[in-house]
Amino acid sequence: MIEKDYSLSPRVDKMGIDDRVARIKARSIKKEAKVQGLKMILNMIDLTTLEGADTDGKVRQMCYKAIHPHDSLPDLPTTAAVCVYPTFVKTAVKAVKGSGVKVASVATAFPSGHSSRKIKLMDTKIAVDNGADEVDMVISRGRFHSGDYNFIFDEIAAIKEACGKARLKVILETGELGTYDKVRRASDIAMDAGADFIKTSTGKISPAATLPVTLVMLEAIKDHYYATGRMVGMKPAGGISNSKLALQYLVMVKETLGGKWLTNEWFRFGASSLANDVLMQLEKQASGNYQAKEYFSID
Amino acid sequence: MAKKKDIAIDYSSDWNFAPAPESTAHIKLKKKYDLFIDGKFVKPKSGKYFETINPATEEKLADVAEANKADVDAAVKAARKAYDNEWSKLSGKERGKYIYRIARLIQEKAREFAVIESLDGGKPIRESRDIDIPLAAAHFFYYAGWADKLEYAFPNRKPQSLGVAGQITPWNFPMLMAAWKIAPALAAGNTVVLKPAETTPLTALKLAEIIQEAGLPDGVVNIVTGYGETGSHIVNHKDVDKIAFTGSTGVGKIIMKAIAGTNKKSTMELGGKAANIIFEDAPIDQAVEGIINGIFFNQGHVCCAGSRLYIQESVYDIVMRKLKDRMQALVVGDPMDKNTDIGAINSKKQLKVIEDYIKIGKKEGATVYQPKCAMPKKGYWVPPTLFTDVAQSNRISQEEIFGPVLAIQTFRTVSEVLAKANNTPFGLSAGVWTDKGSKIFNMTTKLNAGIVWANTFNKFDPASPFGGYKESGHGREGGLHGLEPYLKFDA
Repeated sequence: MIEKDYSLSPRVDKMGIDDRVARIKARSIKKEAKVQGLKMILNMIDLTTLEGADTDGKVRQMCYKAIHPHDSLPDLPTTAAVCVYPTFVKTAVKAVKGSGVKVASVATAFPSGHSSRKIKLMDTKIAVDNGADEVDMVISRGRFHSGDYNFIFDEIAAIKEACGKARLKVILETGELGTYDKVRRASDIAMDAGADFIKTSTGKISPAATLPVTLVMLEAIKDHYYATGRMVGMKPAGGISNSKLALQYLVMVKETLGGKWLTNEWFRFGASSLANDVLMQLEKQASGNYQAKEYFSID
Repeated sequence: MAKKKDIAIDYSSDWNFAPAPESTAHIKLKKKYDLFIDGKFVKPKSGKYFETINPATEEKLADVAEANKADVDAAVKAARKAYDNEWSKLSGKERGKYIYRIARLIQEKAREFAVIESLDGGKPIRESRDIDIPLAAAHFFYYAGWADKLEYAFPNRKPQSLGVAGQITPWNFPMLMAAWKIAPALAAGNTVVLKPAETTPLTALKLAEIIQEAGLPDGVVNIVTGYGETGSHIVNHKDVDKIAFTGSTGVGKIIMKAIAGTNKKSTMELGGKAANIIFEDAPIDQAVEGIINGIFFNQGHVCCAGSRLYIQESVYDIVMRKLKDRMQALVVGDPMDKNTDIGAINSKKQLKVIEDYIKIGKKEGATVYQPKCAMPKKGYWVPPTLFTDVAQSNRISQEEIFGPVLAIQTFRTVSEVLAKANNTPFGLSAGVWTDKGSKIFNMTTKLNAGIVWANTFNKFDPASPFGGYKESGHGREGGLHGLEPYLKFDA
């Protein structure tokens, strides 16, 4: 077998990506399409807390919110998952038990990824042993910039193996990659190495997720699907705090990958404040009026 | 896992766009439009009116006056009088002020213009709102800036205005083409008699209202509506100094014959059959977007449309797959819906032309592809159409179709594609898609086209000259080059 040369990954033209994004942003999502879209968004959120100051109490409160986003509105879905540090996985698993909400844990020396393979594997194993359904790993961006693509591939493959049944999301940290060409390259490596999801950002670096970068990754997912028949999920994370923008992401998924990807099995939003904006919009659609943000819980 | 050849993406979805119609409630169309001559709306001496309809519904929008010879005479007379007595005596700075005022008024009423443009012409509201009208305003702003700087634009050449400019505009970009013609003419110090196309006269008439509102001296801009015959009265009028025409190559030739031997200057912006060339090292996903913009923009009613697609054979399969996938997301239908990508064909006549070419293509043995899309029952519609297995000798790859119909060929080498791209009587535009800069420069110097886009397509800017070679016409509109045809020089 000839080893794949990732420096030959398809090229991306920024002007063209921007043009396509402009078309997607011009879509007008109204009425029942909006309500349906907002509920889908809520159901695709990985409600996240990744602070140095996190505690068991904070995590439990967030888990309750994930299950009960806004009880005064009937027929609301839960969020897709909660996303925490490995040390809080046990707490989260207990808190969401029986609700259908998944527990995702960041791992592999999140967010910088600067640590040894041994520690990263152990980090992953702790998360999985404690019951995480999903692992959000970071790639070693330094090695990636050095052109050490085999290292990146092997690391992802090793973590994937350590995940066992847990689904693996691979964070590319696109804000540190510099060009869309490199985003495409990193996406290809991650998918070939076994990623179940590719994810834009840790949320610790600006810019985090953007529409153009997500489009580049969705096109990569499409090419991977055609080449292998394997579906890979997408998770833009960070920087998506309002419903209008989130709806534009859904349009992008619909027009790039089709309806099959429009479930939380294949698309996620990594966000914390997005949920309340979605709830505010849903409340508006139901009652006709906007309510003050004090009416929406902030867990 | 599915077998490789069975893999396909299903673009159907449980989540679909709800109708998002642009409101037409704020639009006040008159029942009847008269001719705009000497600063006033006047009844036509012909006594005749014709209907303009909405091509998406086939419903009548308004009656519009048909100018005969006497009407055109009156318009030219008014333009001459305004030129002699007022406009030619104003300083460039003062002329510029009026043009700026028109530009601002277009911006103020942009939504109204966009809605009328889409009602009258069938183009999607997204395009009229985001492209046609903002660009029209931008052209007035751009040329307003040149009005007092002609001496600097053409140093040591003593630029002088010509007199009365006769202008004939097409139905594909009614408002934008009016702006392309009126703005440089006024900036250069000329007065204008303009005839908009008979199927889309309403935005030009709305522009006449704005010109009134801007307080332009009476007769500086006159707008006479009518068919080709009205146009011929302008072309043959002895007191017209310049003809600016945008339209078909056939009519362009008639005009050039008519003005041969006269002192009339001319610019002709005629047909095209642009080659859009995709190399194997192109950014493929964006090239696909460029193919879509190249041929389906404004239902393909674009003289510079990328209607001949050349794909390097090594990437043919992947480009075709991506192109067909992308076409699944195109929304065809009501031009007033904000999500519509492809609107109505401009007229019954043009619908027939396009349908005939689709028949010709099939007869020539080419393979046709049209995505499944539900089309409205009333109105004029053509689904986005691809032809593959096409040869250079097919009529569908030689003749301008002016519809959403793309003729696709493959190529193997740079020299082959250059020869094929230039193997056409037209020479308006071309597109090149490659990640390699040196290849772009090599191609752009060798393609016989007035406009060559690299890694993009159908991009317009007032500062950039537009125009063609060979049967695509002569003269340039836009940029400094666009001023020159409206001026004469001592040196």
